[in-house]
Amino acid sequence: MYMQKKVSHLFGGTKSLENQIDEFLDKVSESGMVFDRAMRVYLAHGPSEEFDGFLAQAADIERRGDDLRRSIEAELYARTLIPDLRADVLALLEGMDHLVNVYEGDLFRISIQSPDIPEEFHAGFIDLIETIVSCVDSIVLAARAFFRDIDAVRDHSSRTIFLETEADKIGTKLQRAIFASTLPLERKMHLRYFVERIDELANSAEDVADALQIYTIKRRV
Amino acid sequence: MDLTVLFFLTSGLLLGWSLGANDAANVFGTAVGTRMVRFGTAAVVCSLFVILGAVVSGAGAAHTLGALGSVNALAGAFMAALAAAGTVYVMTKWGLPVSTSQAIVGAIIGWNLFSDSVTDSRTLIKIVATWIACPVLAGLIAVPLLKLVASGLRAAKLHLLRLDAYTRIALVFAGAFGSYSLGANNIANVMGVFVDVSPFTGFTVAGLLTLSSIQQLFLIGAIAIAVGVFTYSKRVMLTVGVGILPMSPVAAWVVVIAHSIVLFLFASQGLEHILANAGLPTIPLVPVSSSQAVVGAVVGLGLMRGGRDVDWKLVRNIAAGWVTTPLISGLVCFISLFFLQNVFNQQVYRAVHYAMSDAVLNELAEQGRDVSTLQSINGREFRSARAFMRAVGETEYAGTIPQDELLEYAQLNHSYIDQARFSSLDRDWLNAGQIAAVEQLVGREFSHRWQLAHALAGASAQWVRRESNTINKRYNKDLERKLEYVERTFGGFPDRR
Repeated sequence: MYMQKKVSHLFGGTKSLENQIDEFLDKVSESGMVFDRAMRVYLAHGPSEEFDGFLAQAADIERRGDDLRRSIEAELYARTLIPDLRADVLALLEGMDHLVNVYEGDLFRISIQSPDIPEEFHAGFIDLIETIVSCVDSIVLAARAFFRDIDAVRDHSSRTIFLETEADKIGTKLQRAIFASTLPLERKMHLRYFVERIDELANSAEDVADALQIYTIKRRV
Repeated sequence: MDLTVLFFLTSGLLLGWSLGANDAANVFGTAVGTRMVRFGTAAVVCSLFVILGAVVSGAGAAHTLGALGSVNALAGAFMAALAAAGTVYVMTKWGLPVSTSQAIVGAIIGWNLFSDSVTDSRTLIKIVATWIACPVLAGLIAVPLLKLVASGLRAAKLHLLRLDAYTRIALVFAGAFGSYSLGANNIANVMGVFVDVSPFTGFTVAGLLTLSSIQQLFLIGAIAIAVGVFTYSKRVMLTVGVGILPMSPVAAWVVVIAHSIVLFLFASQGLEHILANAGLPTIPLVPVSSSQAVVGAVVGLGLMRGGRDVDWKLVRNIAAGWVTTPLISGLVCFISLFFLQNVFNQQVYRAVHYAMSDAVLNELAEQGRDVSTLQSINGREFRSARAFMRAVGETEYAGTIPQDELLEYAQLNHSYIDQARFSSLDRDWLNAGQIAAVEQLVGREFSHRWQLAHALAGASAQWVRRESNTINKRYNKDLERKLEYVERTFGGFPDRR
């Protein structure tokens, strides 16, 4: 009876923690979708109520993500789960949480600073946003694979690294176009700041991918 | 029970304690060291299963130690166990990998030398060969097992946390199996030397469970191991868990399972019986070293990954231990026996006498042996096995009769079946036919054990040995023990009468 109780507690707790990790990774993907939608709305209409709605949504996701991360970390320590990989898993979750923070932070900065983005650069910005959202989505898939199917981690990580390079190329091209334009220098520098902030997401995703490849070697039986 | 008996058993208990403190770490070290299993859980499971293994399956390996040399005085057994325990303790202090099995074998050989007994070279070769086979076999089991488990896990695509939960449960089960095997295989090291001088008599608990004298001895030894687990093994477990090669919990599980299978193979009488029934070659039942089984499995996994991680210095030290441990232990035992006998005035062995007579020669001739060269020592009595074998060697005897057979027939075991002691026979253990056969022999006297065996076999079919093969081994061994019991009851050693 005692053993049965212990075993069911072990598996029950595990299942709930698995769900929490899945939900946390869902939040990272959701952040990307909200970011993509918000930026498209901003480019089309500038500051608007709709944009503010997306910003509020991103803030909610970020809060929920933080709660989940804290709860997962506490649970992993309190129940001394995966002792050999716990530090790696915590670092992975922190890395993923950083991506959510950057998504939300970028939208806040746009909301506060209301940059004026000329239409000629809209296509470049959309291209950059699509690439970094795909890049972050790939690292979410890699992180999921780390928990369930380590053979797939390498594929998703490679895709992340490839998309980061693509984002760099698009970002550089966009910055060249901005500085080649007739805009006053202060506007050029303002726009460059946002290109770099958005590109930062791909760089952070790549850092997580690099670390994940090392964790995966350790996770092999 | 006599208090001196208890005192003499303490050296065995000390050896059991050190086995519990050190070898339990092989079973649960990685699990506890990596915090996959709590120490409390590990200690309870380990103790329980060590006791079960020792009491249920401990006899097999103990018999092989008995065949190497039967330490026939309690003080001698005390010193053999103490010499082994001391050697294990000192070598562990020096940081040398040491095996209790090797220490106790060395101590028995030391006792054999001191008591002028002959060491059965065939048994010794069998034991030494097993020491080498043990780590090799553990490695050979670990490698394919890990590959199998790894591909199974890859296909199952378990969540990391679920895998963690399964691994914890698997580690507890593997630890239970490992502890059972450790108890079954290594109790012989702890209590094996006391088997021939066991002070206990068999009894039945509530008419259900019968505990023989040897099982009671093993139970006490196993409890000593359990005390070792609870009092001292935590530190060792934490060292092993952190100090051993970096391994995933699943690989750690594979190492424990490989170690347990090897220990089980070298201890299981049941398995020996099944193999023999199927006409397959059997595995000798020998106490092996659990530390070396673990190292063998780890080295196997290291080689699988290209061999870069393998600590070859450790491997060399282990190979050196095969020689140094028995040598040191044997020497310590020999010297200590000298002091125990001459300074403390204790009887450390009972002299076993041998005689060549017409009866022995006739019996050997009947077995189809050529005894013509042995006629020159007919009528002589010898004070020890070695003296007897020396005399045999001086004849023109060409070694056509195996040494153990010569010793068996020439050994003197005087017994007189008298009515007074007949009533004290254990009627629960001997069956009615066997008791009746003993009764028929009342008033007769025997000089050799085989004479008593023949007379009993003539009186009842219940005393007839079956054909000598592995399937009948257990039956014949049981019969042998009963014969020894009857002989002890009605006389025993010649110097007693």
